[in-house]
Amino acid sequence: MKLPAPDGAVMRRRAEIIEALRRIVPGEAVIVSEAERRAYESDGLTAYRQLPMVVVLPSCVDQVAAVLRYCQQIGVKVVPRGAGTSLSGGALPLADAVLLGLAKFNRILDIDYGNRCVVAQPGVTNLAITQAVEQAGFYYAPDPSSQIACTIGGNVAENSGGVHCLKYGVTTNNILGVEIVLIDGEVIRVGGKHLDAGGYDLLGVMTGSEGLLGVVTEVTVRILPKPTMARALLIGFATTEDAGECVAAVIAAGIIPGGMEMMDRPAIHAAEAFVNAGYPLDVEALLIVELDGPPAEVDHLTDRIDAIAREHRATEIRPSRDETERLAFWSGRKAAFPAVGRISPDYYCMDGTIPRTRLAEVLSRIRGLSDQHGLGVANVFHAGDGNLHPLVLYDANKPGEIERAEAFGANILRLCVEVGGVLTGEHGVGVEKRDLMGTMFDESDLAHQQRLKCAFDPDGLLNPGKVFPQLHRCAELGRLHVRAGRLPFSDLPRF
Amino acid sequence: MRTDFTTEQLADPDIATSEQVLRTCTHCGFCTATCPTYVLLGDELDSPRGRIYLIKDMLATSERITADTVKHIDRCLSCLSCMTTCPSGVNYMHLIDHARRWIEKNFRRPWGERLLRVFLATVLSRPLLFRLSLRCAAVVKPFSGFLPGRLAPLFGLAPSSVPPASPTDRPSVFVAAGERRMRVALLPGCAQEVLAPEINEATIRLLTRHGCEVVIPRGSGCCGSLAHHLGRELGALSFARANIDAWEYERLASGLDAIVINASGCGTTVKDYGFMLRKDPAYAEKSSRIASLARDVTEVIETLGLSPPIPAASTVKRRIAYHSACSMRHGQRVHAGPKALLAAAGFEPLDVPEGHLCCGSAGTYNLLQPEIAVALRDRKLANIAAIRPDLVATGNIGCITQLAPGCDVPVVHTVELLDWATGGPAPKSLTAG
Repeated sequence: MKLPAPDGAVMRRRAEIIEALRRIVPGEAVIVSEAERRAYESDGLTAYRQLPMVVVLPSCVDQVAAVLRYCQQIGVKVVPRGAGTSLSGGALPLADAVLLGLAKFNRILDIDYGNRCVVAQPGVTNLAITQAVEQAGFYYAPDPSSQIACTIGGNVAENSGGVHCLKYGVTTNNILGVEIVLIDGEVIRVGGKHLDAGGYDLLGVMTGSEGLLGVVTEVTVRILPKPTMARALLIGFATTEDAGECVAAVIAAGIIPGGMEMMDRPAIHAAEAFVNAGYPLDVEALLIVELDGPPAEVDHLTDRIDAIAREHRATEIRPSRDETERLAFWSGRKAAFPAVGRISPDYYCMDGTIPRTRLAEVLSRIRGLSDQHGLGVANVFHAGDGNLHPLVLYDANKPGEIERAEAFGANILRLCVEVGGVLTGEHGVGVEKRDLMGTMFDESDLAHQQRLKCAFDPDGLLNPGKVFPQLHRCAELGRLHVRAGRLPFSDLPRF
Repeated sequence: MRTDFTTEQLADPDIATSEQVLRTCTHCGFCTATCPTYVLLGDELDSPRGRIYLIKDMLATSERITADTVKHIDRCLSCLSCMTTCPSGVNYMHLIDHARRWIEKNFRRPWGERLLRVFLATVLSRPLLFRLSLRCAAVVKPFSGFLPGRLAPLFGLAPSSVPPASPTDRPSVFVAAGERRMRVALLPGCAQEVLAPEINEATIRLLTRHGCEVVIPRGSGCCGSLAHHLGRELGALSFARANIDAWEYERLASGLDAIVINASGCGTTVKDYGFMLRKDPAYAEKSSRIASLARDVTEVIETLGLSPPIPAASTVKRRIAYHSACSMRHGQRVHAGPKALLAAAGFEPLDVPEGHLCCGSAGTYNLLQPEIAVALRDRKLANIAAIRPDLVATGNIGCITQLAPGCDVPVVHTVELLDWATGGPAPKSLTAG
């Protein structure tokens, strides 16, 4: 994985840039010393690290706009960052870029039950939105496993999902509006408290744009009333193939559970050690199926799932008896990734999506790849929508292991595409899957996607090095951007 | 998390231990969300994950420690909220303790700061000196507005009057009422017995009423945590050794079923004595044994079962905001027990919103980091006010002194309420007004 070569001219102007940023954002919020910048060198994907040139932590929209305007004026790259929990390296810094942290934007601005929405600053955590409205019986549906820490701004950037997105959709289906600052400092608002914004679906464009188009400074999310009741079922299987087939059968039967998650043996053991959720330890695969709605519906679906599970040789079926037990079932799943830190010093979390009917086959081929690469793997994933999260286990202190882990991970993703799936489910492309984009898209597909990027950020200053294997200069894509009367890239041949 | 220690560095057993802690961190960032300083300041460097990074680099490089690194590590409250949140099981407590010792040894602070830290470590942990200083402070306090820098808030926190020494301060044995069911040693503590002697008095009444013979052995005193959290290892360990000697003597002479602690800040430290003295061959075994006997007073009462409460109009169904001290909730993971006891005693215990966030007391933190401590205190008081309680109960003297001055309702120790409900007098702070 290579990042764009740092621009020596920009790095030589570092002192001047710091001085200018300090004038915009005073006090401790401009972070300069090496020891302090070090803590910002990576996000949730620690395999990749890069010391940022400078970190700036604005606390109001005007400061964000001024920072971006300044950076565009002098041609400095900007990498936006929320809570730094990305698993695809979406917030990986660059040596010649300003790292723009939005963690100080942590206030909820408006709770509007009449319009059933919440307006939040981008640094508010996903879970904090639910906590702010749960007393009134509402919640925010997308629930990534990192919801305790990940921010709503980051969720918009990555179009995050979660265990309940099978039934309730991912971020893009649950937000109504955003305020965005563009690279030239202009503040625009897309959508609002209403459902349809009219015109092109710019909200859809922004959601999942991974910080390449603008910086989100405010988000309006929909909130939903909590289902009357919810029940989770733990279903154990002697083989992962049985579990995979059971998932496909549930979906084929027309049932859409609130969530349908799967964990394999290593993940079950790691999670159980942390939360004592009561998971069976003698099974090879565990499904957590959640059913929600009115009690009659939940009871009816519980019986149907029970029957399907038995047909697929389930060895254990245990419905949660009460809310405490239901939450305990989920707590293990939610903490499963980091809990794997108990069985392996490092892990590399993959994210790919496959057609649900191919689950069993893909899982068995992942096991084959595990033997071939000589590294362990723990599987935790959103089985209901075919979104896999294999965790490749490695030890970063052992020479060569990280490269083997990367190669193993890349082969898993190639496998996902091969069986008709896609490279990412909900973690974004970032730097992690950037170089694999070519296995899914051809040159012309990629060029079209980059034209959209050029419309927002003609100089390619926002989060470069992410998503696209090599960022074309906008001129190469046929668009001519003339700024201050100067032709950019005058050295390039024009057609 | 990847580490880069050399073989020579790893020969230091403290580094080797910290390396193991660092290796369990997966950099997931969950800890940031529940860290009080990150919630306030929004800077990764003031979060556990950022500090873990700073500590890793500080221990691994031979370069001089920068004042910036020290600043962020000093801002850590050691509330251990991150340890409750961490799914990977990172022992942040041992890591931050190591960092504080490392800084104390290898970094030269400005002289004013050094003086303040020596003063706090020396005076607060010695009741005689502390009482004397508070009496002097009470005289100076009206003029504290004229004092420079850190001194003004220091005097601001000093109480205007100091209660007289209690008879329970002296080494003695209090016999069980009725049949003896347990024999326990009570940690007399240091600052608490000066500021609020009624807590030890209520504890002794509560324990003897429940069939405990309570002994305060000669030689036991401060648990050492004040010095420990200031990175002053020698001082901390000498307090620990003195307590271990006193309790071991008592255990061998007449037997001890538990060591009871009624200040949760101290409880977290005493329960960690085994780790703190692991490298001392003369104490390694003894300290683990003693640590395994340590119990919060509510844990002991829970084991014994609360005596039937005396139904008195004054105690029934009072709304109690139960402030779960960080050292209780995160440090010792004692959370549901005290609330259950309060409910069994006829009160109505209520959770405080954002209960996982520290009130800013954190040992000497409110004296060393007044700005952050005040911001956290105000946030806590607002959260308490939101549930409209009649009283606030907590199990740690630090939180009581932090919250009481700004709180609209009395702040009492949980044992005072349990004592009251089972036949003791009403808490002093309820009758005073």
